[in-house]
Amino acid sequence: MTAPVLPVRRGDRLVVFRASRLGWSTRVHARAIAVTVVVLGVAFATFAWSLAVGDFPIPIGDVLAALVGRGTPDSAFIVRTLRLPRGLTALLVGAAFGLSGAVFQRLARNPLASPDIIGVNAGAAAAAVFVIVILNGSANQVTFGALAGSTLTALAIYFLAYQRGVSGYRLVLVGIGVTAVLGSVTSYLLTRAEIFDAQRASVWLTGSLNGRGWEHVRPVAAALALLLPLTIALARHLRVLELGDDAAKGLGTRVERSRAALLLGATALAALATASAGPVGFVALVSPQIARRLVGGRSLGLVPAAACGALLLVASDLVGRRLFAPTELPVGIITAILGAPYLLFLLARAHRVGIGG
Amino acid sequence: MSVVLDRPAPGEAAPNPEGPADSQRRRAGTGLLASGWTKGAGLVLAAGLLVFVCFASVAYGAKPIALATVWDAFWGYDPGSNDHLIVRSLRVPRTGIGLAVGAALGLSGAVMQGVTRNPLADPGILGIEAGAALAVVVGIYSFGVGSLTGYVWFAFAGAAMASLVVYSLGSLGRGGATPVKLALAGAALASLLSSFTSAILLFDLQTLDQFRFWVVGSLVGRDADIAMQVLPFLGVGAVLAVGSARSLNALALGDDLARSLGQRVPLARAVCALSVVILCGAAVAAAGPIGFVGLTIPHVARAICGPDYRWVLPWSMVLAPMLLLGADIAGRVLSRPGELQVGIVTAVIGAPFFIALVRRRKLAEL
Repeated sequence: MTAPVLPVRRGDRLVVFRASRLGWSTRVHARAIAVTVVVLGVAFATFAWSLAVGDFPIPIGDVLAALVGRGTPDSAFIVRTLRLPRGLTALLVGAAFGLSGAVFQRLARNPLASPDIIGVNAGAAAAAVFVIVILNGSANQVTFGALAGSTLTALAIYFLAYQRGVSGYRLVLVGIGVTAVLGSVTSYLLTRAEIFDAQRASVWLTGSLNGRGWEHVRPVAAALALLLPLTIALARHLRVLELGDDAAKGLGTRVERSRAALLLGATALAALATASAGPVGFVALVSPQIARRLVGGRSLGLVPAAACGALLLVASDLVGRRLFAPTELPVGIITAILGAPYLLFLLARAHRVGIGG
Repeated sequence: MSVVLDRPAPGEAAPNPEGPADSQRRRAGTGLLASGWTKGAGLVLAAGLLVFVCFASVAYGAKPIALATVWDAFWGYDPGSNDHLIVRSLRVPRTGIGLAVGAALGLSGAVMQGVTRNPLADPGILGIEAGAALAVVVGIYSFGVGSLTGYVWFAFAGAAMASLVVYSLGSLGRGGATPVKLALAGAALASLLSSFTSAILLFDLQTLDQFRFWVVGSLVGRDADIAMQVLPFLGVGAVLAVGSARSLNALALGDDLARSLGQRVPLARAVCALSVVILCGAAVAAAGPIGFVGLTIPHVARAICGPDYRWVLPWSMVLAPMLLLGADIAGRVLSRPGELQVGIVTAVIGAPFFIALVRRRKLAEL
């Protein structure tokens, strides 16, 4: 099956990747590549910086030494057991949320859509609060509960919205309903809880990267390694789906199958990211919007969105750690404080210079 | 001028100001009730049902009171009777607030979805609920406010300021307050304010302990004083909202078409936004943030009577208090002698019904 060739606007600079032996090729906007490289560069710089600073500052040379296994035992422990997994979790979770949000916004054709709408966050939150408040579970049990909750909720929403195929509009409405029920369950549990459980739950609900170890890195890393290429491979269908289902069918896309695959991938990304870091708000909503405004033009901006998400989360975590040190703020509070003003700035500016809203 | 919006082809996704589908609206679609006559009759019937629900709300509770006694409490008040006292000082103000808050939430939700042309927009999208919540938290934390009457003014001021900021931010740049910019600016500012709220709550356990009961939304303990504080605002807001039905119909066609139909788009949008702020701000001040009603009732109304706002607005205004009061009664009856907060019950009762409706109907989209 071949995806149709979409028209190229004059002035768009495109780079074509080919793997002739596999019969595969793709076109990428030059600007999208530039934005991705720059944003990822800044993200990695921030990440490196976050390894060095903290209550126990370590010079960057010692950080490098510790990374290759030649540091003092102290710095090796701090860098490799405490800061490295935390920083990696931030990068990966941010990228996962950014990518997932970009796919949801494109599929629902709605800039307000994000994994929250599909119930991923609400399901994870209700399950995690249940584990915290009723079962008094450990941190790992909370993680597992969140994963189970988000997966079950996403499946339930998909099947409730299924009527000989799933329309974006119906999916969104069913999502609203299910999210509302789960939100009530969460609030109910919070009003019934002991105040200390309520506080623990509300920290989890804001999203936090405190004390994240390698066991939090692995699932998200695996999910990204698998689903990022898959999503990119499906991206050309996304472009066609945006024309509406009828047009997409006419152009030869198997609408239902492509949409189900994209939804499933985006949901899995958001679910695993939520299980690792809690329902960190705003990243999935804002990253695609920022990426879209930086890249401009007709690029889908999936990878730039993932890069923006990674940068936003790693920077937010650094700010949250250092702003009121030694007290830490959960990363979920900082994402909006850093991301919202920037999005507002882009909104105001984009319309003055006249590129898309 | 009558503008009938249309239903896109089955399976077509939500209309999106950003997407190419926006211009692809097609033939007229209707809701369950097709003719004007049935819509009117249905509305009268629904209003009758609402009156019945109001009586039930006065009669049922921790202490059930016979309807005859309720009647006597109105027309032959006996100061010595406990039941009469309960009816007049507790149940009636509470029911009145439920009625007014419900109507306000339904109306403002419908207006908001019309202005932003986004099915995900609820009254909270202008930052009203986030602003009110932040102001209440600041009130508890810094000024030691502890009473419901005190919360009202903080909540209202917070809501007004937040929505003012959102609207001015959304109007920056070329094209003024377009739906996409409003929605995004609102979502961004709401998240920002919620972050400040969470930050305060994480640092202060005592504030969290008070706040968590306000934030679920409830009609418990709302007395005549609070009703008197918010009712004037609700009245003004309702008049503004109902009066802008025609402009909403025009705005639904898109800015360009609305303009060519003689609509002053920025003015119409500003009036609609003002009505939302007044209605939703007062509702949040009176009962706390009750999210579900304003978001879903307009969709239900649209499924019943089609996309014409001259019908959607009155239907939302009748259906929303029915859900709110019904949920309030259920919350009182289900866990007697305690109570479940109405904000929790609305979603649990309303959502299954909403999902069933969304599944069955060919939807009349925004």
